[in-house]
Amino acid sequence: MLLIECPWCGPREQSEFSYGGEAHIARPVDTDALTDAQWGDYLFMRKNPRGAHVEQWLHAFGCRRWFNVCRDTVTYRISAVYKPGESPP
Amino acid sequence: MSRYSLASLFRNGLSYHENWQAAWRSPEPRTEYDVVIVGGGGHGLATAYYLAKEHGITNVAVLEKGWIGGGNTGRNTTIVRSNYLWDEATHLYEKSIQLWEGLAQDLNYNVMFSQRGVLNLGHTLQDMRDIARRVNANRLNGVDGELLDAAQVKAMVPIINDSPRARYPILGASLQRRGGTARHDAVAWGFARGADAHGVDILQNCEVTGIRRDGAQVVGVETSRGFIRTRKVGVVAAGNSSVLAAMADLRLPIESHPLQALVSEPIKPVLHTVVMSGAVHGYISQSDKGDLVIGAGIDAYTGYGQRGSFPVIENALAAIVELFPVFSRVRMNRQWGGIVDVCPDACPIIGLTPIRGLYFNCGWGTGGFKATPGSGWVFAHTIARDRPHELNAAFSIDRFFTGRLIDEHGAAAVAH
Repeated sequence: MLLIECPWCGPREQSEFSYGGEAHIARPVDTDALTDAQWGDYLFMRKNPRGAHVEQWLHAFGCRRWFNVCRDTVTYRISAVYKPGESPP
Repeated sequence: MSRYSLASLFRNGLSYHENWQAAWRSPEPRTEYDVVIVGGGGHGLATAYYLAKEHGITNVAVLEKGWIGGGNTGRNTTIVRSNYLWDEATHLYEKSIQLWEGLAQDLNYNVMFSQRGVLNLGHTLQDMRDIARRVNANRLNGVDGELLDAAQVKAMVPIINDSPRARYPILGASLQRRGGTARHDAVAWGFARGADAHGVDILQNCEVTGIRRDGAQVVGVETSRGFIRTRKVGVVAAGNSSVLAAMADLRLPIESHPLQALVSEPIKPVLHTVVMSGAVHGYISQSDKGDLVIGAGIDAYTGYGQRGSFPVIENALAAIVELFPVFSRVRMNRQWGGIVDVCPDACPIIGLTPIRGLYFNCGWGTGGFKATPGSGWVFAHTIARDRPHELNAAFSIDRFFTGRLIDEHGAAAVAH
């Protein structure tokens, strides 16, 4: 069980949160000009790194706010959390 | 390679079974192979076996970073079935079942394939509609399937909780009688022995660290045991597919998740079939040793750590105890995790890549074991002919750009 520090509520157990996948994937702006390959990449392709990963979590059974987490995908250790709009430390 | 038979069993008994030949050799890597398979799990070994047997390509190496049977092949819950919804998936998994049916004879190795039937339970009216649709789709595709009501489920599995007052009452089930289980380690060992007998080199403790290219053509792989030259590389490294794709600057629509399973202490035979429930999320069978083999779900977060979190196991066991109150005091012996490749449409990717000579077989998600022989069979064809077989043509990575996904989340039976 992970102990996740919500930037607003402090440390809470994992079962209060839901996972939102890779962070910082921006929806393309000029959507009419996108090729199928660019759409496919935006919708489906993921970095899925073995090691440091930046991801989104939602404090679903708490303040219901989204935030970002830097987590190692091998040790599962969380190194940082930060609010949306902020840059990764 | 000496064949296993009653005579060889007797002969080896005379020397107290101390002189059995090793099931496969452990050779030193050659400098060059016609084909290199990355990943010595069931799918990779099956690929090598069928490359040699069906296509006559025997100058093949299978590279395994750990040991044979130590990865997902030895970590799954051993269930085999082919009752998928869409034509493409059904045909692929059905090919696999047909290979399972003759596999022990073909490999001269007892893979303990037991067609004890697979029940997929329905707990809501919508579940039952989906199940009826899937059974009908299966039958139209020539795959056996039956629709059972609650009384028929109870008659088949008397220990199941059929109370209509249950939180999720059982309304019925689909039954695929040709489904069942197989001994997972034996599948890896049997394919390894079969491939080795055809001259395939199985190289354990040999981790791939890079894929060398000359322009758009693969020319070899860097490994922990040195560089190996080859012009064809088949990657079957479930769990770590994205890591290998990154070595070739490819992006995959895959995320790696921990998937957990557990087994109980051995008990007397009490459950003679496989019972799965997607709605309450648990699946269970009883092994020939007597232990209950229970599958949990994946963790929502991505991970490579080969372990998952406790709430996932707790949920799976809550579901199992609800379905089988008689198991509430059975103790669990072991619990473990494996890392699965999860694809957005719960279907695998098997085919060519933009790089010539590089082929990927990945994305089987939580249900790759059942497909082991079929996956190897079509992947061997894809590598040997440099084009997909018609059974896996629809499973190319292109579907994520054309939009022609094969949505099997329903028939995957447990949520991906």
